[in-house]
Amino acid sequence: MKTFPILAFACSIFALSHQTASAHDDKATLREEGRYLAAASDCAACHSIKNKPEYSGGVSFALPIGTIYSTNITPDMDHGIGKYTEAEFGRALREGVRRDGSTLYPAMPYPSYARLTDHDVHALYTYFHESVPAASIPTPENGIRWPFSMRWPLMFWRWAFSPAPVKAQEKTLHEFADTQMARGAYLVEGPAHCGACHSPRGLTMQEKALTASDSPSFLVGGALIDGWIPTSLRQENRTGLGRWSEQDIVDFLKTGRNMQGESFGAMTSAIVHGTQHLSDSDLHAIAKYLRALQPFDRTQTNWVYDPSATNALRKADVSARGAKLYVDNCAACHRTDGKGYPAVFPPLAGNPVVMGKDPASLVHIVQVGATLPKTETAPSAFTMPDFMHRLNDQQVADVVTFIRHAWGNNAPAVSAEDVAKLRKDMPPRNMADGEISLN
Amino acid sequence: MTKKHVDAIVVGAGWAGSILAKELTEAGLSVVMLERGSERATAVEGAYPESIDELRGAIRKRLFQNLSQTTVTVRNTIDQTALPYRQLAAFLPGEGVGGAGLHWSGVHFRVSPEDLRLRSSVVERYGDKFIPEGMNLQDYGVTYSELEPFFDKAEKVFGTSGEAYKVNGKIVGNGNIFDGDRSDNFPLPAMKDTFTASTFRAAATEAGYHPYSLPAANASRQYTNPYGCQMGPCNFCGYCSGYDCYLYSKASPNVNVLPALRQDPGFTLISDAHVLRVDLDDTRSKATGVTYLETKTQKEVSLSADLVILSAFQFHNVHLMLLSGIGKPYDPVSNTGTIGRNFVYQTITSSRIWLPPSKYTNQFIGAGGVGVAIDDFNSMNFDHGPLGFVGGSPVWVNQAGLKPIAAAIGTGGGGTPRWGSAYKGALIDTYKHSIGVDAHGSNMAYRDVYLDLDPTWKDAYGQPLLRMTFTWKDNDIRMNQYVVSKIEPIAKAMGATKANLVHLNAGQPFDTRHYQTTHLGGGAIMGTDPQTSALNRYLQSWDVSNVFVIGSNAFPQGMGYNPTGMVAALAYWAAYHIRTTYLKSPGPLVQA
Repeated sequence: MKTFPILAFACSIFALSHQTASAHDDKATLREEGRYLAAASDCAACHSIKNKPEYSGGVSFALPIGTIYSTNITPDMDHGIGKYTEAEFGRALREGVRRDGSTLYPAMPYPSYARLTDHDVHALYTYFHESVPAASIPTPENGIRWPFSMRWPLMFWRWAFSPAPVKAQEKTLHEFADTQMARGAYLVEGPAHCGACHSPRGLTMQEKALTASDSPSFLVGGALIDGWIPTSLRQENRTGLGRWSEQDIVDFLKTGRNMQGESFGAMTSAIVHGTQHLSDSDLHAIAKYLRALQPFDRTQTNWVYDPSATNALRKADVSARGAKLYVDNCAACHRTDGKGYPAVFPPLAGNPVVMGKDPASLVHIVQVGATLPKTETAPSAFTMPDFMHRLNDQQVADVVTFIRHAWGNNAPAVSAEDVAKLRKDMPPRNMADGEISLN
Repeated sequence: MTKKHVDAIVVGAGWAGSILAKELTEAGLSVVMLERGSERATAVEGAYPESIDELRGAIRKRLFQNLSQTTVTVRNTIDQTALPYRQLAAFLPGEGVGGAGLHWSGVHFRVSPEDLRLRSSVVERYGDKFIPEGMNLQDYGVTYSELEPFFDKAEKVFGTSGEAYKVNGKIVGNGNIFDGDRSDNFPLPAMKDTFTASTFRAAATEAGYHPYSLPAANASRQYTNPYGCQMGPCNFCGYCSGYDCYLYSKASPNVNVLPALRQDPGFTLISDAHVLRVDLDDTRSKATGVTYLETKTQKEVSLSADLVILSAFQFHNVHLMLLSGIGKPYDPVSNTGTIGRNFVYQTITSSRIWLPPSKYTNQFIGAGGVGVAIDDFNSMNFDHGPLGFVGGSPVWVNQAGLKPIAAAIGTGGGGTPRWGSAYKGALIDTYKHSIGVDAHGSNMAYRDVYLDLDPTWKDAYGQPLLRMTFTWKDNDIRMNQYVVSKIEPIAKAMGATKANLVHLNAGQPFDTRHYQTTHLGGGAIMGTDPQTSALNRYLQSWDVSNVFVIGSNAFPQGMGYNPTGMVAALAYWAAYHIRTTYLKSPGPLVQA
């Protein structure tokens, strides 16, 4: 880093005539880098709301302690971050400290952003201040009740759980010697903050692990978010990414779909605002890194396709619990063999979402449907309709149990009571990123 | 109220409109597409399993035009007074985003090369005198080889399933031996034969004909088209024609074009916008934009543009030209004028063949485009000399999935009981053991068959309705009778126990009360002579050069094939010439 100003000075002597143009180009490059990093960091998922100016905040987060709203991060002087210096911006991003010195709610993933390099903070600052139009939109008042409305106790949380940026960067940058793996680690542990959803949290909401080297619970799956269960991104054979190829992961992040499964729920906005914009080389780096995460649960037997349910259905034997419901409601798209039509209608046989311990995602998809995100390279937003209006809790439990049991899935049964409970916090009906698909 | 100026306005959000809008936005133009009906989303109306409700779909016709707002009037002959078509029956125009391209069946043909130059071909073989008095037989003014790249492009966009015969002059498969040469194979393999299709294939072969798989825009497997739009695979559920495919496996503008088009910042789709007229300047040789009614607010809006594309359904295009004063209305007495001239239909009859009780025909499955056909009696593929008529019919088994209400309605009639145990017995026998065979024939253009504005009836917006003057003519009736007679040896080879071969009878008038086909054509046809065609060979109005009119309105004759493939190819053909020539120097692409 220290050599940079000297080099720049040298250049300015030898290339005076090009100075203006090249400074201009550098600035433009920097802004583009910032735009790219803002996508990689998925800033929009929390700070942008449909039909409002980009990054003007106001996205609500319903927490047990009350509702909080994301802030306006446009360069607006009154309501945004217009007054932030780059140092203040970097401090908020990496250390969770606002310009006024108070602590940010850890909904802002600063323990992950701590890993951002100075250069990347500089690029982000340049982008947000020079490319994002200022929007004079105040952030709604947080609806957090006292005593949680006091921000000062958050300071202790921050001291306890938020790493110092220099140490965090050192750690993530030196986990892997291989440059591609190191790049993957930087993206996953840093800007992409995958662990914010996909890592388990402790009692005080801190992520139990922030990096691959912290603990094997890193990215092993998180708690319910908006009704969806973030799956394990480690190499568990049944419930993780154990059977996904590098290309499967790349396709999923680029298009929301691959030969193994499809995006739904909260991941959809991460793909729409974030990962679809990443370069192929970065997506491959992420995939390679994820594939190196050893399984946390080492007891899982490998999933092997078991054709007995298929054979029974093909002989019109619907005696298994939920089998008839499956044929009447699901088989048209997912087929009696459970293999679906990959990249259009996802396979249920061997799908980690189907086999997870907690059936919340599966039950919610049956209840409210799901819509694939439309992305730049895959504009078709296929929609699965909701089945709530046709199936009662018992029927949902039966059909979900069939799906969880058939084709070698062998996951535990689901009861009508489980379904009734999940009906109380259903996500919105078959939408992708807040939109009903028009195709 | 006048809104801002845009580069191009596209009227109608069906196949033709979506293709033109896609091509023009790719060329960098700002495009507004106006659709009279509402948005239509598979996720909403097409959601499984409610979407496959026959009562709601095909019987109550949820995807079709709302005739309470506007319709056509119909009469058979010039001396009659036309009356409004108040209930959808003989033909079913669509409404809403996707248009007829959302409710169609999916049979996706190219064209018989000779059909594009039918007049020349008939004259070369049989002389001028062969053409009956009063028949306005004409060429399209474009050749198959000129259109071939655009047929190919359309198939790739539609994800068409089929088996080719010849690719680049080389025989590659068991396709239609009468087909024109292809530059590439179909993007997807042919749909699998249903039992009825394979029975027909074997019997037609035995009878000495040349069966081939119908080209189907029902995807035989998952498919991603050149726009990145994806289709699901068809599972033969049988709910194609009259339905929005819940499997996303029937090609439609909604599934195959609009997902990509909607991402283009240069594109805007305005639904619930009923276009009242194309606005012309004082010289009436240049369009300045269009005026439309926002049907939700009843507000009139004028929108200005450099280029106007009329891509509504066939007769709506003709209607709009007449209402706007584009070109000279056709006069059947003097056989002059072009707008409304050469209004054509298709000559279709459906026959039924019963197999022995040991053979189950599984008619509940199917797909709109699946089936096996023969072209031995289509186009110029057989000797018309001794027969004395022009035109022909493909003959096919096109098992589109027999639904319960249609099965119940279709059984009985023709002297057999429509109630009681005899009816029930026939219903069961017909449903389980019969095969439907269609003669799907051409329809020629005649001097006294045409479209004009009705002098009496007006629509809900106060504009005169379009009037159809149409009836069956001797040439087409004899063609139909001849081709239907050729089904008999096929029925025999099938081991039929009974056959009900249905054909038109001499003097039989057109009857709007029974569904025949939605394949209407002509009325604003393409050609090489501005005296006998409304459009030049690039589908550009001879009279108003910044108006292009895309659709089956351009067909000089009704062909034996389903029209959508031809409409899509003409859309890409016109778009290509707009992009490569017109936009560089706007004006007539052919000097009149």
